Amino acid sequence: MAGASTSALPVFDVAVVGGGLVGSAIAYGLRDRVGSIAVLDEGDVALRASRGNFGLVWLQSKGFGMGAYSRWTLGSTRLWPGLADRLQKETGIDVALEQKGGLTPLMGDYEVEARLAWVQKLMAQPGVEPYEWKLLDHHQAASLVPGLGPDVTGAIWTPHDGIVNPLKLLRAFHTAFSRGDVQYLPFHGVTAIVQSSSGEFSLSTPNGTVRARKIVLASGLRNGELGAMVGIDLPMAPQRGQILVLERTRRLLDTPLVTLRQNDEGSWLVGDSQEDAGYADQITTLPILATLADRAVRTLPALRDVRAVRAWSALRVRAQDGFPVYEQSTSHPGAFIVTCHSGVTLAAAHAETLAPMIAAGALPPELDIFSTRRFHVQKT
Amino acid sequence: MFRRLDATAAQAAGRTVRVTVDGATLECRETDTVAAALFAANVAACRDTAVSGAARGPFCMMGVCYDCLVSIDGRPNPQACMTRVRDGMRVERQLGAREVAV
Repeated sequence: MAGASTSALPVFDVAVVGGGLVGSAIAYGLRDRVGSIAVLDEGDVALRASRGNFGLVWLQSKGFGMGAYSRWTLGSTRLWPGLADRLQKETGIDVALEQKGGLTPLMGDYEVEARLAWVQKLMAQPGVEPYEWKLLDHHQAASLVPGLGPDVTGAIWTPHDGIVNPLKLLRAFHTAFSRGDVQYLPFHGVTAIVQSSSGEFSLSTPNGTVRARKIVLASGLRNGELGAMVGIDLPMAPQRGQILVLERTRRLLDTPLVTLRQNDEGSWLVGDSQEDAGYADQITTLPILATLADRAVRTLPALRDVRAVRAWSALRVRAQDGFPVYEQSTSHPGAFIVTCHSGVTLAAAHAETLAPMIAAGALPPELDIFSTRRFHVQKT
Repeated sequence: MFRRLDATAAQAAGRTVRVTVDGATLECRETDTVAAALFAANVAACRDTAVSGAARGPFCMMGVCYDCLVSIDGRPNPQACMTRVRDGMRVERQLGAREVAV
């Protein structure tokens, strides 16, 4: 409810700070488990990965260096069909989930060998739950991608990967909120957090103070700054990605690639660039877009005469090591922090698995590995 | 419907160009865009949308809205408002999403 007087607000059971995909999925999952929920959000002008992302529900690239992240991601991909069904039934919005398998295209012997070694090393790590994957040759990959270019000499495939429409996902969550259970408070960017001796939190915002018994910090790249207010030292490292959009066409590509997908409504997205560019999400750059276009045309040469209609940059929400962070503050009990790059892929785990843990008031030991303690190991 | 302004009368002295629109011959001014020529001939809808199939026609006339997509000489989806008419041009209604020929 925009413009609501915050002085008239109750003390919420849980205030989720952040109205993007991470905060929204958690708030969605908290319903029916806690009495009253607020979602505090900034305005339209904010760093919004939830509006700039590629919309993959993706497993195969996750967890190199932290096997538990692979397992957590696999769990989320399994929960996704249930989440999509619930959203459809509750809101009437089809988020266009497709889990038909996905590919990482590889061009030339060097890429094939390097990726194969990488996947083998990933799968051999402790904490990884083994799952089906294959290295496909060109002909096997071409059976999944009509018109696959000859430059694609191989591909890594898993049946677990897929896509969703991320804008419809964000809208479905917010539509569910507007049906009553969750109070959405835009223009309530949090500037200070204080916990009283009774444990109640006061969140200062430009539109007044919001009070809550528990808080969940899900503010993307602002989580470093907000974490410091509850005694959590979370080093953030944004990573820029640029996306090139091609005009809508009839459906051709049923098997998404990590670099190229076709949306439910026909548009094509070309992406997966990775740059260290600070917080500069207002510009795109020709060298990156040209590389994206070149890889897309080498992957699927028929795209040569399909028009590019727009492009944008967005910032991946990343902790310094690229892995998720889940933690309850020890100095401010009742304050939880949630940070991850994969707000789409992990939406189902956040709604169905993490939210009940937060409602119960404690994260179980298997999530210890995701705490910020990993950043503060004493160097020998 | 749309009517040419008197202020453009000078342009009317320019050469006439003939195009076909879904097979029917249309006389245009050589300075017309395809979208302007369609309006002058009272053709309001030039395509069916890619998602729902709703009829649409030129709207912004400046290359932004992408509602004036047509097929020109067999090539799908050029913007009619950003394309100048040419003698013998074959303009056809854009029927939904284009195909990618593989």
